[in-house]
Amino acid sequence: MRSSRRSTLLAAASALLLGLVLISRGESAEVQVAVASNFAAPAKSLARAFHRTTGHRAVISLGATGKLYAQIRQGAPYEVLLAADAATPAKLIDEGLALADTRMTYAIGRLVLWSRDTDRMDSNGKILSQGQFRRLAIANPKLAPYGAAAVQTLQALGALERLRSRLVEAANINQTFQFVASGNAEVGFVALSQVTRHDRLQKGSAWIVPANLHDPIIQEAVVLKRAGRNPAAQAWIRYLASNSAHEIIRSYGYELPRS
Amino acid sequence: MSELLNNESGSAIWLTLQLAIVTSAVLLLVATPLAWWLARTTSRWRGVIIALVTLPLVLPPTVLGFYILISLGPDGWIGNVTTALGLGLLSFSFTGLVLGSVIFSLPFAVYPILYAFETLGSRPLEVAATLRAKPLDAFFSVALPLAKPGLLTAAVLTFAHTVGEFGVVLMIGGDIPGETRVVATQIFGHVEAMEYEAAHRLAALMVAFSFVMLIALTRLRRRAGGALP
Repeated sequence: MRSSRRSTLLAAASALLLGLVLISRGESAEVQVAVASNFAAPAKSLARAFHRTTGHRAVISLGATGKLYAQIRQGAPYEVLLAADAATPAKLIDEGLALADTRMTYAIGRLVLWSRDTDRMDSNGKILSQGQFRRLAIANPKLAPYGAAAVQTLQALGALERLRSRLVEAANINQTFQFVASGNAEVGFVALSQVTRHDRLQKGSAWIVPANLHDPIIQEAVVLKRAGRNPAAQAWIRYLASNSAHEIIRSYGYELPRS
Repeated sequence: MSELLNNESGSAIWLTLQLAIVTSAVLLLVATPLAWWLARTTSRWRGVIIALVTLPLVLPPTVLGFYILISLGPDGWIGNVTTALGLGLLSFSFTGLVLGSVIFSLPFAVYPILYAFETLGSRPLEVAATLRAKPLDAFFSVALPLAKPGLLTAAVLTFAHTVGEFGVVLMIGGDIPGETRVVATQIFGHVEAMEYEAAHRLAALMVAFSFVMLIALTRLRRRAGGALP
Protein backbone atom coordinates (compact mmCIF):
# COMPACT_ATOMS: atom_id res chain seq x y z
CA MET A 1 0.00 0.00 0.00
CA ARG A 2 2.62 2.36 1.11
CA SER A 3 5.03 1.61 -1.68
CA SER A 4 2.29 1.84 -4.31
CA ARG A 5 1.36 5.28 -3.04
CA ARG A 6 4.97 6.26 -3.28
CA SER A 7 5.27 5.02 -6.84
CA THR A 8 2.12 6.95 -7.79
CA LEU A 9 3.69 10.07 -6.35
CA LEU A 10 6.90 9.38 -8.19
CA ALA A 11 5.05 8.91 -11.47
CA ALA A 12 3.14 12.15 -10.94
CA ALA A 13 6.32 14.04 -10.19
CA SER A 14 8.04 12.63 -13.29
CA ALA A 15 5.07 13.56 -15.45
CA LEU A 16 5.19 17.09 -14.08
CA LEU A 17 8.91 17.41 -14.79
CA LEU A 18 8.51 15.96 -18.27
CA GLY A 19 5.67 18.39 -18.89
CA LEU A 20 7.85 21.30 -17.87
CA VAL A 21 10.63 20.16 -20.18
CA LEU A 22 8.18 19.80 -23.07
CA ILE A 23 6.67 23.24 -22.45
CA SER A 24 10.07 24.87 -22.31
CA ARG A 25 11.01 23.22 -25.58
CA GLY A 26 7.92 24.49 -27.34
CA GLU A 27 7.77 27.36 -29.78
CA SER A 28 8.88 29.95 -27.30
CA ALA A 29 12.60 30.00 -26.65
CA GLU A 30 14.68 31.63 -24.00
CA VAL A 31 17.59 33.99 -24.50
CA GLN A 32 20.22 34.88 -21.91
CA VAL A 33 20.90 38.59 -22.16
CA ALA A 34 23.81 40.28 -20.36
CA VAL A 35 22.86 43.90 -19.74
CA ALA A 36 24.98 46.85 -18.63
CA SER A 37 23.73 48.01 -15.23
CA ASN A 38 22.54 51.44 -16.40
CA PHE A 39 20.00 49.76 -18.69
CA ALA A 40 18.53 47.52 -15.96
CA ALA A 41 15.09 49.13 -15.73
CA PRO A 42 14.39 49.51 -19.46
CA ALA A 43 15.75 46.00 -20.12
CA LYS A 44 13.18 44.57 -17.74
CA SER A 45 10.28 46.44 -19.38
CA LEU A 46 11.61 45.48 -22.79
CA ALA A 47 11.78 41.82 -21.72
CA ARG A 48 8.12 41.94 -20.67
CA ALA A 49 7.03 43.56 -23.94
CA PHE A 50 9.26 41.15 -25.89
CA HIS A 51 7.51 38.22 -24.25
CA ARG A 52 4.09 39.67 -25.09
CA THR A 53 4.89 40.27 -28.76
CA THR A 54 7.05 37.26 -29.60
CA GLY A 55 6.35 34.66 -26.89
CA HIS A 56 10.12 34.34 -26.31
CA ARG A 57 11.63 34.98 -22.93
CA ALA A 58 14.65 37.18 -22.28
CA VAL A 59 16.51 36.37 -19.07
CA ILE A 60 18.42 39.43 -17.89
CA SER A 61 21.78 39.36 -16.09
CA LEU A 62 23.21 42.66 -14.89
CA GLY A 63 26.76 43.93 -14.43
CA ALA A 64 29.24 46.61 -15.38
CA THR A 65 30.15 46.31 -19.06
CA GLY A 66 33.79 45.49 -18.27
CA LYS A 67 32.73 42.78 -15.87
CA LEU A 68 30.31 41.23 -18.37
CA TYR A 69 33.07 41.29 -20.98
CA ALA A 70 35.42 39.43 -18.65
CA GLN A 71 32.71 36.89 -17.90
CA ILE A 72 31.96 36.36 -21.59
CA ARG A 73 35.65 35.76 -22.27
CA GLN A 74 35.63 33.17 -19.52
CA GLY A 75 32.73 31.32 -21.10
CA ALA A 76 29.68 32.84 -19.41
CA PRO A 77 26.46 31.45 -20.95
CA TYR A 78 25.18 34.78 -22.28
CA GLU A 79 23.77 34.91 -25.79
CA VAL A 80 23.34 38.64 -26.32
CA LEU A 81 25.27 41.53 -24.80
CA LEU A 82 23.77 44.99 -24.27
CA ALA A 83 26.90 46.97 -23.49
CA ALA A 84 27.16 50.53 -22.21
CA ASP A 85 29.66 51.37 -24.93
CA ALA A 86 30.59 50.58 -28.51
CA ALA A 87 34.14 49.42 -27.79
CA THR A 88 33.24 46.23 -25.95
CA PRO A 89 31.03 44.72 -28.68
CA ALA A 90 33.73 45.66 -31.22
CA LYS A 91 36.38 43.88 -29.13
CA LEU A 92 34.21 40.77 -28.83
CA ILE A 93 33.74 40.70 -32.60
CA ASP A 94 37.51 41.04 -33.12
CA GLU A 95 38.09 38.18 -30.73
CA GLY A 96 35.62 36.00 -32.60
CA LEU A 97 33.21 35.81 -29.68
CA ALA A 98 30.38 37.83 -31.27
CA LEU A 99 28.65 38.03 -34.64
CA ALA A 100 29.64 41.17 -36.57
CA ASP A 101 26.43 41.50 -38.60
CA THR A 102 24.25 41.66 -35.48
CA ARG A 103 25.93 44.70 -33.95
CA MET A 104 23.56 47.66 -33.46
CA THR A 105 23.16 50.83 -31.43
CA TYR A 106 20.20 50.34 -29.12
CA ALA A 107 20.51 53.52 -27.06
CA ILE A 108 22.58 56.65 -26.53
CA GLY A 109 23.06 57.35 -22.85
CA ARG A 110 23.12 60.69 -21.07
CA LEU A 111 25.17 61.41 -18.01
CA VAL A 112 23.65 63.40 -15.19
CA LEU A 113 25.04 64.87 -11.98
CA TRP A 114 22.38 64.03 -9.45
CA SER A 115 21.56 64.69 -5.80
CA ARG A 116 18.57 63.47 -3.86
CA ASP A 117 18.22 66.92 -2.26
CA THR A 118 15.84 69.12 -4.22
CA ASP A 119 17.82 72.34 -3.94
CA ARG A 120 21.41 71.17 -4.10
CA MET A 121 21.94 71.23 -7.84
CA ASP A 122 22.07 74.30 -10.07
CA SER A 123 21.31 74.28 -13.77
CA ASN A 124 24.93 74.49 -14.93
CA GLY A 125 26.93 72.26 -12.64
CA LYS A 126 28.55 75.10 -10.66
CA ILE A 127 28.42 72.88 -7.62
CA LEU A 128 31.52 71.13 -8.96
CA SER A 129 33.59 74.30 -8.72
CA GLN A 130 31.98 75.57 -5.53
CA GLY A 131 32.16 72.18 -3.90
CA GLN A 132 29.41 72.24 -1.25
CA PHE A 133 29.49 68.51 -0.81
CA ARG A 134 31.57 65.93 0.98
CA ARG A 135 31.46 63.00 -1.40
CA LEU A 136 31.03 62.71 -5.15
CA ALA A 137 30.14 59.19 -6.32
CA ILE A 138 31.18 57.85 -9.72
CA ALA A 139 31.15 54.37 -11.23
CA ASN A 140 34.55 52.70 -11.57
CA PRO A 141 35.91 54.35 -14.75
CA LYS A 142 37.90 51.25 -15.64
CA LEU A 143 34.76 49.12 -15.78
CA ALA A 144 31.79 51.36 -16.43
CA PRO A 145 31.53 53.66 -19.46
CA TYR A 146 29.39 56.05 -17.38
CA GLY A 147 32.26 56.20 -14.92
CA ALA A 148 34.71 56.95 -17.73
CA ALA A 149 32.37 59.69 -19.02
CA ALA A 150 32.20 61.14 -15.50
CA VAL A 151 36.00 61.35 -15.32
CA GLN A 152 36.14 62.97 -18.79
CA THR A 153 33.56 65.52 -17.64
CA LEU A 154 35.56 66.37 -14.53
CA GLN A 155 38.68 66.69 -16.69
CA ALA A 156 36.92 68.92 -19.20
CA LEU A 157 35.81 71.18 -16.35
CA GLY A 158 39.31 71.15 -14.88
CA ALA A 159 37.94 69.82 -11.61
CA LEU A 160 39.35 66.30 -11.50
CA GLU A 161 42.51 66.96 -9.50
CA ARG A 162 40.76 69.22 -7.03
CA LEU A 163 37.94 66.77 -6.37
CA ARG A 164 39.93 63.54 -6.48
CA SER A 165 40.04 63.19 -2.70
CA ARG A 166 36.26 63.43 -2.54
CA LEU A 167 35.53 60.76 -5.16
CA VAL A 168 34.01 57.48 -4.11
CA GLU A 169 33.94 54.70 -6.66
CA ALA A 170 31.14 52.19 -7.02
CA ALA A 171 31.47 48.84 -8.78
CA ASN A 172 28.83 49.80 -11.33
CA ILE A 173 26.36 52.58 -12.11
CA ASN A 174 23.56 51.05 -10.02
CA GLN A 175 25.73 51.05 -6.93
CA THR A 176 26.65 54.67 -7.72
CA PHE A 177 22.96 55.48 -7.71
CA GLN A 178 22.60 53.61 -4.41
CA PHE A 179 25.40 55.67 -2.80
CA VAL A 180 23.63 58.91 -3.77
CA ALA A 181 20.05 57.73 -3.19
CA SER A 182 20.94 56.64 0.37
CA GLY A 183 22.49 60.07 0.99
CA ASN A 184 25.91 58.62 1.79
CA ALA A 185 27.31 60.65 -1.12
CA GLU A 186 25.67 64.05 -1.58
CA VAL A 187 26.16 64.06 -5.34
CA GLY A 188 27.04 61.54 -8.02
CA PHE A 189 27.33 61.01 -11.75
CA VAL A 190 24.60 58.57 -12.74
CA ALA A 191 22.72 57.69 -15.91
CA LEU A 192 19.83 59.98 -16.79
CA SER A 193 17.72 56.84 -17.16
CA GLN A 194 18.12 56.09 -13.46
CA VAL A 195 16.53 59.34 -12.31
CA THR A 196 13.95 60.23 -14.97
CA ARG A 197 10.85 58.66 -16.39
CA HIS A 198 9.00 60.19 -19.34
CA ASP A 199 11.23 63.28 -19.20
CA ARG A 200 10.38 63.95 -15.55
CA LEU A 201 12.96 63.92 -12.77
CA GLN A 202 11.70 61.40 -10.21
CA LYS A 203 13.43 62.82 -7.16
CA GLY A 204 15.96 65.39 -6.01
CA SER A 205 17.82 67.75 -8.33
CA ALA A 206 19.99 67.12 -11.36
CA TRP A 207 22.28 68.72 -13.88
CA ILE A 208 22.21 67.02 -17.26
CA VAL A 209 25.84 67.04 -18.34
CA PRO A 210 26.22 68.71 -21.77
CA ALA A 211 27.04 66.03 -24.32
CA ASN A 212 30.19 67.88 -25.46
CA LEU A 213 31.93 67.38 -22.12
CA HIS A 214 32.49 63.69 -22.70
CA ASP A 215 32.62 61.16 -25.52
CA PRO A 216 29.11 60.10 -26.50
CA ILE A 217 27.89 57.07 -24.58
CA ILE A 218 26.88 54.95 -27.54
CA GLN A 219 25.43 51.73 -26.23
CA GLU A 220 25.69 48.82 -28.61
CA ALA A 221 24.21 45.35 -28.59
CA VAL A 222 25.63 42.26 -30.23
CA VAL A 223 24.67 38.59 -30.50
CA LEU A 224 27.35 36.32 -29.05
CA LYS A 225 28.68 33.24 -30.83
CA ARG A 226 27.30 31.16 -28.00
CA ALA A 227 23.73 31.86 -29.11
CA GLY A 228 24.22 29.48 -32.04
CA ARG A 229 20.92 29.26 -33.84
CA ASN A 230 18.75 30.31 -30.92
CA PRO A 231 15.84 32.08 -32.68
CA ALA A 232 15.14 34.12 -29.55
CA ALA A 233 18.55 35.81 -29.74
CA GLN A 234 17.94 37.12 -33.26
CA ALA A 235 14.38 38.02 -32.33
CA TRP A 236 15.60 40.05 -29.37
CA ILE A 237 17.98 42.12 -31.52
CA ARG A 238 15.22 42.67 -34.11
CA TYR A 239 12.86 43.67 -31.34
CA LEU A 240 15.33 46.25 -29.99
CA ALA A 241 15.19 48.00 -33.38
CA SER A 242 11.38 48.09 -33.46
CA ASN A 243 9.26 51.19 -32.89
CA SER A 244 7.63 49.81 -29.77
CA ALA A 245 11.05 49.09 -28.25
CA HIS A 246 12.24 52.59 -29.20
CA GLU A 247 9.30 54.10 -27.41
CA ILE A 248 10.17 52.23 -24.21
CA ILE A 249 13.87 53.09 -24.49
CA ARG A 250 13.13 56.80 -24.99
CA SER A 251 10.73 56.88 -22.06
CA TYR A 252 13.67 56.00 -19.81
CA GLY A 253 15.69 59.01 -20.88
CA TYR A 254 17.86 57.53 -23.63
CA GLU A 255 18.32 58.96 -27.07
CA LEU A 256 18.38 56.95 -30.26
CA PRO A 257 20.51 57.33 -33.36
CA ARG A 258 18.82 59.20 -36.19
CA SER A 259 18.19 56.58 -38.83
CA MET B 1 58.40 43.15 -1.44
CA SER B 2 58.57 46.34 -3.49
CA GLU B 3 59.54 44.30 -6.52
CA LEU B 4 56.67 41.88 -6.09
CA LEU B 5 54.02 44.39 -5.18
CA ASN B 6 53.58 47.97 -6.27
CA ASN B 7 52.65 50.86 -4.04
CA GLU B 8 48.96 50.38 -4.59
CA SER B 9 49.08 46.83 -3.30
CA GLY B 10 51.30 47.83 -0.41
CA SER B 11 48.83 50.44 0.74
CA ALA B 12 45.95 47.97 0.42
CA ILE B 13 47.83 45.35 2.44
CA TRP B 14 48.73 47.83 5.17
CA LEU B 15 45.15 49.07 5.33
CA THR B 16 43.83 45.51 5.53
CA LEU B 17 46.15 44.69 8.42
CA GLN B 18 45.13 47.86 10.26
CA LEU B 19 41.47 47.04 9.75
CA ALA B 20 41.95 43.47 10.98
CA ILE B 21 43.90 44.53 14.07
CA VAL B 22 41.45 47.27 15.09
CA THR B 23 38.45 45.02 14.42
CA SER B 24 39.88 42.15 16.48
CA ALA B 25 40.68 44.48 19.37
CA VAL B 26 37.23 46.07 19.35
CA LEU B 27 35.57 42.69 19.06
CA LEU B 28 37.48 41.23 22.01
CA LEU B 29 36.28 44.16 24.12
CA VAL B 30 32.68 43.80 22.92
CA ALA B 31 32.39 40.03 22.68
CA THR B 32 33.95 39.09 26.03
CA PRO B 33 31.33 40.73 28.28
CA LEU B 34 28.60 39.68 25.87
CA ALA B 35 29.75 36.05 25.92
CA TRP B 36 30.09 36.19 29.70
CA TRP B 37 26.52 37.38 30.02
CA LEU B 38 25.27 34.78 27.52
CA ALA B 39 27.08 32.00 29.36
CA ARG B 40 25.55 32.81 32.72
CA THR B 41 22.19 34.41 32.09
CA THR B 42 18.85 32.70 32.46
CA SER B 43 17.04 35.59 30.79
CA ARG B 44 14.40 34.69 28.25
CA TRP B 45 16.08 37.16 25.89
CA ARG B 46 19.10 34.89 25.65
CA GLY B 47 17.74 33.08 22.59
CA VAL B 48 16.95 36.33 20.83
CA ILE B 49 20.41 37.77 21.51
CA ILE B 50 22.09 34.55 20.34
CA ALA B 51 20.05 34.71 17.13
CA LEU B 52 21.03 38.36 16.59
CA VAL B 53 24.70 37.57 17.17
CA THR B 54 24.49 34.68 14.68
CA LEU B 55 22.65 36.67 12.01
CA PRO B 56 25.80 38.02 10.28
CA LEU B 57 26.90 34.41 9.79
CA VAL B 58 23.89 33.51 7.66
CA LEU B 59 23.07 36.79 5.92
CA PRO B 60 24.78 37.40 2.57
CA PRO B 61 27.50 40.01 3.16
CA THR B 62 26.02 42.25 0.47
CA VAL B 63 22.66 42.29 2.27
CA LEU B 64 24.41 43.09 5.52
CA GLY B 65 26.49 45.75 3.73
CA PHE B 66 23.42 47.28 2.12
CA TYR B 67 21.67 47.72 5.46
CA ILE B 68 24.81 49.03 7.10
CA LEU B 69 25.10 51.56 4.25
CA ILE B 70 21.51 52.68 4.82
CA SER B 71 22.05 52.86 8.60
CA LEU B 72 25.22 54.92 8.16
CA GLY B 73 23.50 57.38 5.81
CA PRO B 74 21.66 60.58 6.79
CA ASP B 75 18.36 58.66 7.16
CA GLY B 76 19.84 55.84 9.21
CA TRP B 77 20.01 55.67 12.97
CA ILE B 78 23.81 55.29 13.07
CA GLY B 79 24.09 58.26 10.69
CA ASN B 80 21.85 60.31 12.97
CA VAL B 81 23.93 59.43 16.01
CA THR B 82 27.28 60.15 14.34
CA THR B 83 26.01 63.44 12.89
CA ALA B 84 24.67 64.48 16.30
CA LEU B 85 28.08 63.69 17.81
CA GLY B 86 29.70 65.92 15.20
CA LEU B 87 31.48 63.00 13.50
CA GLY B 88 29.61 63.38 10.22
CA LEU B 89 28.71 60.29 8.19
CA LEU B 90 30.91 57.22 8.57
CA SER B 91 30.25 55.70 5.17
CA PHE B 92 33.32 55.55 2.88
CA SER B 93 35.62 55.95 5.87
CA PHE B 94 37.98 53.66 7.77
CA THR B 95 35.85 54.03 10.91
CA GLY B 96 32.81 52.94 8.92
CA LEU B 97 34.70 49.87 7.72
CA VAL B 98 35.65 49.01 11.31
CA LEU B 99 32.01 49.27 12.32
CA GLY B 100 30.93 47.05 9.42
CA SER B 101 33.67 44.51 10.16
CA VAL B 102 32.77 44.37 13.85
CA ILE B 103 29.17 43.52 12.97
CA PHE B 104 30.25 41.10 10.26
CA SER B 105 32.67 39.16 12.48
CA LEU B 106 30.65 39.31 15.70
CA PRO B 107 29.70 35.60 15.73
CA PHE B 108 33.32 34.61 15.08
CA ALA B 109 34.32 36.40 18.26
CA VAL B 110 31.38 35.58 20.50
CA TYR B 111 31.14 31.83 19.88
CA PRO B 112 34.67 30.71 20.86
CA ILE B 113 34.56 32.87 24.00
CA LEU B 114 31.06 31.72 24.90
CA TYR B 115 32.15 28.12 24.46
CA ALA B 116 35.16 28.69 26.69
CA PHE B 117 33.02 30.27 29.43
CA GLU B 118 30.43 27.53 29.22
CA THR B 119 32.96 24.70 29.56
CA LEU B 120 34.38 26.55 32.54
CA GLY B 121 31.19 25.88 34.48
CA SER B 122 30.38 27.63 37.72
CA ARG B 123 32.77 25.61 39.88
CA PRO B 124 35.94 27.80 39.59
CA LEU B 125 33.91 30.89 40.37
CA GLU B 126 32.28 29.26 43.37
CA VAL B 127 35.70 28.33 44.67
CA ALA B 128 36.86 31.91 44.08
CA ALA B 129 33.81 33.16 45.98
CA THR B 130 34.58 30.94 48.98
CA LEU B 131 38.06 32.50 48.92
CA ARG B 132 36.25 35.84 49.18
CA ALA B 133 37.06 37.08 45.73
CA LYS B 134 34.63 39.78 44.57
CA PRO B 135 32.74 38.84 41.35
CA LEU B 136 34.74 41.31 39.21
CA ASP B 137 38.00 40.10 40.73
CA ALA B 138 36.98 36.49 40.13
CA PHE B 139 36.18 37.32 36.53
CA PHE B 140 39.58 38.88 35.86
CA SER B 141 41.78 36.56 37.90
CA VAL B 142 39.94 33.26 37.39
CA ALA B 143 37.49 33.21 34.49
CA LEU B 144 39.52 35.20 31.93
CA PRO B 145 42.80 33.27 32.35
CA LEU B 146 40.94 29.97 32.12
CA ALA B 147 39.12 31.13 28.99
CA LYS B 148 42.37 32.20 27.30
CA PRO B 149 42.23 29.56 24.53
CA GLY B 150 38.76 30.79 23.60
CA LEU B 151 39.91 34.40 23.56
CA LEU B 152 42.91 33.53 21.38
CA THR B 153 40.75 31.55 18.97
CA ALA B 154 38.32 34.47 18.77
CA ALA B 155 41.14 36.91 18.06
CA VAL B 156 42.70 34.79 15.32
CA LEU B 157 39.36 33.98 13.72
CA THR B 158 38.14 37.59 13.62
CA PHE B 159 41.51 38.74 12.34
CA ALA B 160 41.48 36.18 9.52
CA HIS B 161 37.81 36.74 8.79
CA THR B 162 38.29 40.50 8.52
CA VAL B 163 41.23 40.07 6.17
CA GLY B 164 38.99 37.98 3.93
CA GLU B 165 35.99 40.27 4.20
CA PHE B 166 34.67 41.52 0.89
CA GLY B 167 30.94 41.99 0.44
CA VAL B 168 30.43 44.43 3.28
CA VAL B 169 33.46 46.52 2.30
CA LEU B 170 32.29 46.63 -1.30
CA MET B 171 28.93 47.97 -0.20
CA ILE B 172 30.06 50.65 2.26
CA GLY B 173 33.64 51.37 1.21
CA GLY B 174 33.54 53.36 -2.02
CA ASP B 175 36.96 51.97 -3.01
CA ILE B 176 39.09 54.88 -1.77
CA PRO B 177 42.84 54.14 -1.89
CA GLY B 178 44.43 54.29 1.57
CA GLU B 179 41.06 54.66 3.28
CA THR B 180 38.73 51.85 2.26
CA ARG B 181 40.47 49.93 -0.54
CA VAL B 182 41.47 46.68 1.16
CA VAL B 183 43.18 43.68 -0.43
CA ALA B 184 39.92 41.85 -1.19
CA THR B 185 38.35 44.81 -3.04
CA GLN B 186 41.67 45.50 -4.75
CA ILE B 187 41.70 41.93 -6.09
CA PHE B 188 38.08 42.34 -7.19
CA GLY B 189 39.02 45.53 -9.07
CA HIS B 190 41.94 43.81 -10.79
CA VAL B 191 39.82 40.82 -11.81
CA GLU B 192 37.00 43.00 -13.11
CA ALA B 193 39.42 45.09 -15.14
CA MET B 194 41.08 41.87 -16.35
CA GLU B 195 44.42 42.74 -14.80
CA TYR B 196 44.82 39.07 -14.00
CA GLU B 197 48.56 39.27 -13.39
CA ALA B 198 48.15 41.77 -10.56
CA ALA B 199 45.13 39.88 -9.25
CA HIS B 200 47.10 36.62 -9.17
CA ARG B 201 49.95 38.13 -7.18
CA LEU B 202 47.69 39.58 -4.52
CA ALA B 203 45.46 36.50 -4.43
CA ALA B 204 48.46 34.20 -3.98
CA LEU B 205 49.59 36.30 -1.06
CA MET B 206 46.12 36.11 0.45
CA VAL B 207 45.91 32.33 0.08
CA ALA B 208 49.33 31.92 1.69
CA PHE B 209 48.39 34.25 4.51
CA SER B 210 45.06 32.53 5.24
CA PHE B 211 46.78 29.15 5.19
CA VAL B 212 49.39 30.28 7.71
CA MET B 213 46.70 31.78 9.92
CA LEU B 214 44.71 28.55 9.94
CA ILE B 215 47.79 26.47 10.72
CA ALA B 216 48.58 28.85 13.56
CA LEU B 217 45.05 28.40 14.79
CA THR B 218 45.22 24.59 14.90
CA ARG B 219 48.61 24.76 16.65
CA LEU B 220 47.16 27.15 19.17
CA ARG B 221 44.18 24.93 19.66
CA ARG B 222 46.20 21.80 20.20
CA ARG B 223 48.49 23.49 22.70
CA ALA B 224 45.80 25.28 24.64
CA GLY B 225 43.03 22.73 24.24
CA GLY B 226 40.61 25.36 23.00
CA ALA B 227 37.99 24.79 20.37
CA LEU B 228 36.66 26.14 17.15
CA PRO B 229 33.05 27.26 17.21
